[in-house]
Amino acid sequence: MTVEFSLSLLEKFAEVVARYPKGKQKSGLLPILHLVQAEYGWLSVDAMDKVAAYLDIRPIEVYEVATFYTMFFLEPKGKYVLEICRTGPCCLVGAERMMQHIEDRLGVKEGDVTADGLFSWRGVECLAACGYAPVLQIGPEYTFYENLTEEKVDQLIDELKQKAQTK
Amino acid sequence: MADEKFKVTIDGIPVEVAPGTTILNAARQVGGDIVPPAMCYYSKLEGSGGKCRTCLVKVSKGSEKDPRPMPKLVASCRTTVMDGMEVQNITSPDVLEARKGVVEMLLINHPLDCPVCDQAGECKLQDLSYEHGVSQTRYEFKRRTFEPIDIGDNIKLHMNRCILCYRCVYVADQLTGKREHGIINRGDHAEISTFIENALDNDFIGNVIDVCPVGALTDRTFRFKSRVWFTKPVDAHRDCPTCSGKVTLWYKGEEVLRVTARKDEYNEVEAFICDTCRFDKKKTVDWILEEPTPISKQSVIDANHYNVFSPPPVIKKNLQLQEANEEQLERTERLK
Amino acid sequence: MARKLLLAHIDVPGIHTFDVYRQNGGYRAVEKALRTMSPDEVVEEVKKSGLRGRGGAGFPTGMKWGFLAKPEGVPRYLVCNGDESEPGTFKDRYLMTYIPHLLIEGMIVSSYALGANTSYIYIRGEMMPQIHIVEKAIAEAKAAGFLGKNILGTGYDLEIHVQPGGGAYICGEETALLESLEGERGNPRIKPPFPAVAGLYGCPTVVNNVESIAATVPIVNDGGEEYAKIGIERSTGTKLISASGNLVRPGVYEIEMGLPMEEFIYSDEYCGGIANGKRLKAVVAGGSSVPILPTHLALKTANGEPRLMTYESLADGGFVTGTAMGSGGFIAFDEDQCIVRNTLNFTRFYHHESCGQCSPCREGTGWMEKVLHKIEYGYGDISDIDLLWDIQQKIDGHTICPLGDASAWPVASAIRHFRDEFEWHILHPEEAQTRNYGLVGEVVES
Repeated sequence: MTVEFSLSLLEKFAEVVARYPKGKQKSGLLPILHLVQAEYGWLSVDAMDKVAAYLDIRPIEVYEVATFYTMFFLEPKGKYVLEICRTGPCCLVGAERMMQHIEDRLGVKEGDVTADGLFSWRGVECLAACGYAPVLQIGPEYTFYENLTEEKVDQLIDELKQKAQTK
Repeated sequence: MADEKFKVTIDGIPVEVAPGTTILNAARQVGGDIVPPAMCYYSKLEGSGGKCRTCLVKVSKGSEKDPRPMPKLVASCRTTVMDGMEVQNITSPDVLEARKGVVEMLLINHPLDCPVCDQAGECKLQDLSYEHGVSQTRYEFKRRTFEPIDIGDNIKLHMNRCILCYRCVYVADQLTGKREHGIINRGDHAEISTFIENALDNDFIGNVIDVCPVGALTDRTFRFKSRVWFTKPVDAHRDCPTCSGKVTLWYKGEEVLRVTARKDEYNEVEAFICDTCRFDKKKTVDWILEEPTPISKQSVIDANHYNVFSPPPVIKKNLQLQEANEEQLERTERLK
Repeated sequence: MARKLLLAHIDVPGIHTFDVYRQNGGYRAVEKALRTMSPDEVVEEVKKSGLRGRGGAGFPTGMKWGFLAKPEGVPRYLVCNGDESEPGTFKDRYLMTYIPHLLIEGMIVSSYALGANTSYIYIRGEMMPQIHIVEKAIAEAKAAGFLGKNILGTGYDLEIHVQPGGGAYICGEETALLESLEGERGNPRIKPPFPAVAGLYGCPTVVNNVESIAATVPIVNDGGEEYAKIGIERSTGTKLISASGNLVRPGVYEIEMGLPMEEFIYSDEYCGGIANGKRLKAVVAGGSSVPILPTHLALKTANGEPRLMTYESLADGGFVTGTAMGSGGFIAFDEDQCIVRNTLNFTRFYHHESCGQCSPCREGTGWMEKVLHKIEYGYGDISDIDLLWDIQQKIDGHTICPLGDASAWPVASAIRHFRDEFEWHILHPEEAQTRNYGLVGEVVES
């Protein structure tokens, strides 16, 4: 996928880079990758190459970083990616059951996209919300859904489906 | 204070070194068995070291001023000495046990494909596992695998064999200035890659082969041509516009099978060479021969008693080459 | 009621806004420090307070500040570690969500003390809502003249920027965090040099946890000595405890150091006991990295003394019968929980989060996970338990950063205290698939 960064996106890039001392613009890499992913849903090679050009670094430096951090998607995902915590404290109160429920309900395996392109899901590591477990989040704003039950998950999926239709 | 020296004791052997010297380099000044093995550290590559953990040593006395021992084993390649420091390497059972553990970790996902690996015979991991490993593996699971790929015309990447020392990344950063490859992914999925199947192409990129401690990056022009112990290394030089032109030629019979940089006793190159010297100059006429490369008696490469230099027949026939190699020929006569 | 220093006003409606926070005594510490104290005096108060790093290592904050190199003409940085990712820990999220100005106020006084004119708050990327909250708080503080040029007319300049992470537990390690902040992979640096000498952009840098920075506000307001009056021995002040697992009321609690663990678990002021009327089987008292303790050792030390929530009491008995305060991530396990399964889960976590830089952690964490997986799913051999023990020993203390140790300790402590459960899994592979070992064989106090 080739991309052309919009003016408003470039303005945001400039705001990011202004936070660091001169010559240290590479510090802006993570915030800028977040902005790009929020815009396009994932990071294509072309998008990453353009980020590299913007920050005046080698493309491999962007690939190295994008593949290190788990929040960056290097392939297209569903419109809504349900990321459910699968680490210890959440599992003590039913996260594994909840993951199974999401898989059954969406009918796709972890990482895959539903046929309508709306949903993906995956287990992620501790989201630092163990007191409200089980929890899941949905990007790009990373809205949190806490104290999950099967009913809450069903309701959430229905709401998201409706939201997608009305848009 | 320019000639200030720190007194350090390594396995009971005292040595005086300049402040700022690492424990490893202090040990190298002593030499012999007390030198910790180093799989990732490379003195000519800035920032290298600290990663493989094979050079762990025990600091049993921090310094004269603060004699407390260090609480954990330290990476000798990245820890600088203090005056009065006492270090234990092979005299510490803890160190040997830890090193055995590190070697085991380095091997659990290694394919152990030495019989088909071009690096065999000059592989540091082979040496290390021979010295510190055990004959049986305790790892019963499927090993991590990657497909071997060509990265560029002349370099083969066997990621299965890689120990992630990062040396090749530092070479690309510090020698070529235009790095195309790096470490992608993380944890035990991390791999050397260009990510977009780029070909590595740069005047100096071939040096990644020389710095690789294992058979992860090998010379495609030498691939499967010969086991290294059937070849005879001879130092040679040429007037190269790009690099020092000081190399080692690896002969089999009359044929130069490969060209590498010259390496010291710690397997580090003395001077990096350019890709033209390495890949394109494979005729004896391209070079002025010096003398047989010194090789440790312990090395399998020593098996051929190559140290009696028998000049390739081409030299005997060619007056010009005889003149160029006059000095070496004389030395050979003396050896006879 | 216990004294609250950080969360005293947490229930005040609108406390997340500048105006309400200010009306409730907010930013007094900034006024006091900048107008009446020298930077060194602030450092001195923090030293006197005995505050220890709240991120997990427990290193005295004042001492850490004292190490900061101050070469002429080189900028110094304060970086706040808001990469909260230790399983069981969610206090920083809570603090940033509900009372963000406490963090900003702490950032200002701490930056002033260290002589930093640009400071960064690194917040894990998944906390995007908190990032926005903190950014808004910064904007409000700036509009009110508490940030920017010439703060309160004192001549002190400070800018604070928020930096998002990208999803990596390892970035909670301070040098990995600095790498990440520089736009690199989160590979921990090899130390020395320590950040106090060469940190962000090679300049002297202090990295402090969110809670540690927030704690400087009451320390400046009331004085270090007053702060140190709370608590026992070298565990001074209050601590935020994140309580999770099988508790009646999980959540974030501010406790005075020295609270007995039994009271924390069972009293109605705190967690209110074990959920669903069940019995307590085990406790992880300081986040997933610290040793797990069975109930009898969690509530009482090996000497029979009540176990207190202090650095010293939790560590009583070393790793043989004790544990550690860590980040204060308190996870309670009820009688139905499976220790093998939980150990597998934690180990999978460390395997997933290993940066891959050094060999023992990169290879060892995955190996431990595979062996544990085998045991949990009914294919274990008795010798696997000894193998696991040996692998964790080969990792512990041999890695670049503490993630290696953190992966080893849960495995070691699970085997140490629950070896019978591992054996039961191996000897009864079929039964282990259908039910948990529960409290069988456990000493139960009536």
